[in-house]
Amino acid sequence: MSHAAIADKRPGSLRGARLPQWGPYAIAAGSVAAGLGISAGAGLHSSIQWALIAAVLYVLGTYGIAARVEGRRQAKDRVATSFVWVAFLLAVIPLASLVWATVKRGVKVLDGYFLTHSMGVVADSEPGGGIYHAILGSLEQVGLATLIGAPIGVLTAIYLVEYGRGRLAKAVTFFVDVMTGIPSIVAGLFILSIMLMLKMQPFGFAGSLALAILMMPVVVRSTEEMLKLVPNELREASLALGVPKWRTILKVVLPTSIGGITTGVMLAIARIAGETAPVLLLVFGNPFINSNPFEGAQASLPLYIYQQYSQSAGSTYAYDRAWAASLTLIAFVMILNLLARGIARWKAPKTGR
Amino acid sequence: MDISTKTHDAPPPPPQPRPAPAEQKRAARGATRPGDRIFLGLTRGSGILLLVIMAAIAVFLSYRASLAISKDNGNFLTTFEWVTAGLEPRFGIAVLAVGTVVSSIIAMAIAVPIAVAIALFLTHYAPRRLRGPIAYVIDLLAAVPSIVYGLWGALILVPHMNGLFGWLDDYLGWTGIFAWDEGAPRAMLTVGILLAIMILPIITNVSREVFRQVPQMHEEAALALGATRWEVVRMAVLPFGRSGVISASMLGLGRALGETMAVATVLSPDFDLHASLLNPGGGTFAQNIAAKFSEADEFGRDALIASGLVLFVITLLVNGAARLIIARRKEYSGANA
Repeated sequence: MSHAAIADKRPGSLRGARLPQWGPYAIAAGSVAAGLGISAGAGLHSSIQWALIAAVLYVLGTYGIAARVEGRRQAKDRVATSFVWVAFLLAVIPLASLVWATVKRGVKVLDGYFLTHSMGVVADSEPGGGIYHAILGSLEQVGLATLIGAPIGVLTAIYLVEYGRGRLAKAVTFFVDVMTGIPSIVAGLFILSIMLMLKMQPFGFAGSLALAILMMPVVVRSTEEMLKLVPNELREASLALGVPKWRTILKVVLPTSIGGITTGVMLAIARIAGETAPVLLLVFGNPFINSNPFEGAQASLPLYIYQQYSQSAGSTYAYDRAWAASLTLIAFVMILNLLARGIARWKAPKTGR
Repeated sequence: MDISTKTHDAPPPPPQPRPAPAEQKRAARGATRPGDRIFLGLTRGSGILLLVIMAAIAVFLSYRASLAISKDNGNFLTTFEWVTAGLEPRFGIAVLAVGTVVSSIIAMAIAVPIAVAIALFLTHYAPRRLRGPIAYVIDLLAAVPSIVYGLWGALILVPHMNGLFGWLDDYLGWTGIFAWDEGAPRAMLTVGILLAIMILPIITNVSREVFRQVPQMHEEAALALGATRWEVVRMAVLPFGRSGVISASMLGLGRALGETMAVATVLSPDFDLHASLLNPGGGTFAQNIAAKFSEADEFGRDALIASGLVLFVITLLVNGAARLIIARRKEYSGANA
């Protein structure tokens, strides 16, 4: 049996002619070469330009060649395939560049000294200094926010899943959904308006309150999903043994879903740890170490990045510190994410029946 | 749950006719023990607390905003200025509203097609072995803090925009929209591109969830009729996922409208409207708040709160609309991501 016979477009064959396997690769290579050639000829320097030219050439070339060999429908299919691939590659470039830039520039000043010193006596345009005060502030603010936001979120989710009937539950569900979309700066302005009325100065806990508001809906949503996964038979078995409902929830439902709930809470923590806007309004930033979140301005990691960028008038030292702090923040968020997913996988068999 | 919490010491009695509805209801409530009552109170209380917070946000913002707007010497909706210090404050949100809408529209125009394509790539095109890891990476990218996107945008993306801007100016400059005066490319188009990159992972995630729920039967039916892969996507996958994609885009739009730090680091703002997307200028609600906050006095902060209230209302409308679309097609649980 020969493949050449199938590749021929001849009447009576069930399959039409196909481009060879290497066809798309050849077209891709050709269009990249043509894109580079055109850019060089026209004196274009930006890599964005030749990439765009190559992408357009690839899509057009695929359509033209496939339409000749395979017919219009197959050509459309190939164009769709190539568009999907091009879109994917287009999206990968900036995201890869983001990670690469942060890691490459971040490791320059990131060391033990950087993690254990503050900016207390270091001007923004000078080398040296560190992020100890910012890490401390971030941990305290996020920790307090979690202490407030996580229990309220979990309790609300329990209400919605285990008790929720009628108007109140519907209203809560709807507003939790809407609350998910509140811009972080609006949550900050809300706490700010209270602080203006009480004539208060910026302090760490105010930031925690705003972060807790941002955290609650996320926790409610994820916990709700997890509680819904708990099989009803477990609840019914417990209730049939005469266990009161509240003990059933505490001793049967929550332990069964605790892995998923922990995952949800950790993902929510990862999300609020990177919030800058409410911290900017409420905690204000402080180059010195302030370990008391209830009095005086504090620093925080995302805010530190912003201030190193915006207040340093282009000093490379400040930019280096901003990148290093970004790397620390990304590492923290990623570790939380990975841990959360690990817990979810580790605990999954219990709920996945 | 319709289950009585009473204990039975005796062996279960033979099946009896169902109790009257009223009796059944009383048994179902089951909140007779103190423990149950306290627990129900706690959980319901936190649910109510969430509603109270939402109401409080609206009330407090409106109150502080009214203090500022009542002393505004300009028109809050149409003034092209933001002067809050001194005896004659004049401020208006016209520029901010236009900037917010324009940057979000650019972001959506770029991000939605690409995000849908990536979601299709992950569900229908990518080699099976790659799907898991790629989806995982996109999940992680959704968690990158916005300030990091902002820093990257300001220090890496902005210098790279010069070439593209020059190109757009050469070939499309005559439209006016793409005219460029060779300034630093800290303009609305750059902001829109950066916002598109930021909301891409969210839209992709939600769309992917929706596309995964397309009934296998639909796709197999189309394939059995001889459809190519693109025809399967166009006739079976996209129609099924349309409302899911719309709501995913609305969620992304909500993010783009309220994004603060990425805009504040990239844009060089002013208080005027520009026809060109390539020249620096303009502003957005959130960016203006972050930029003006540190030097604002109490009245200035009230004025910023007033602009925040407008942003709050806009995002409420957008998110509410997205949720209503999802609610109409309940099976798309992907929006919970």
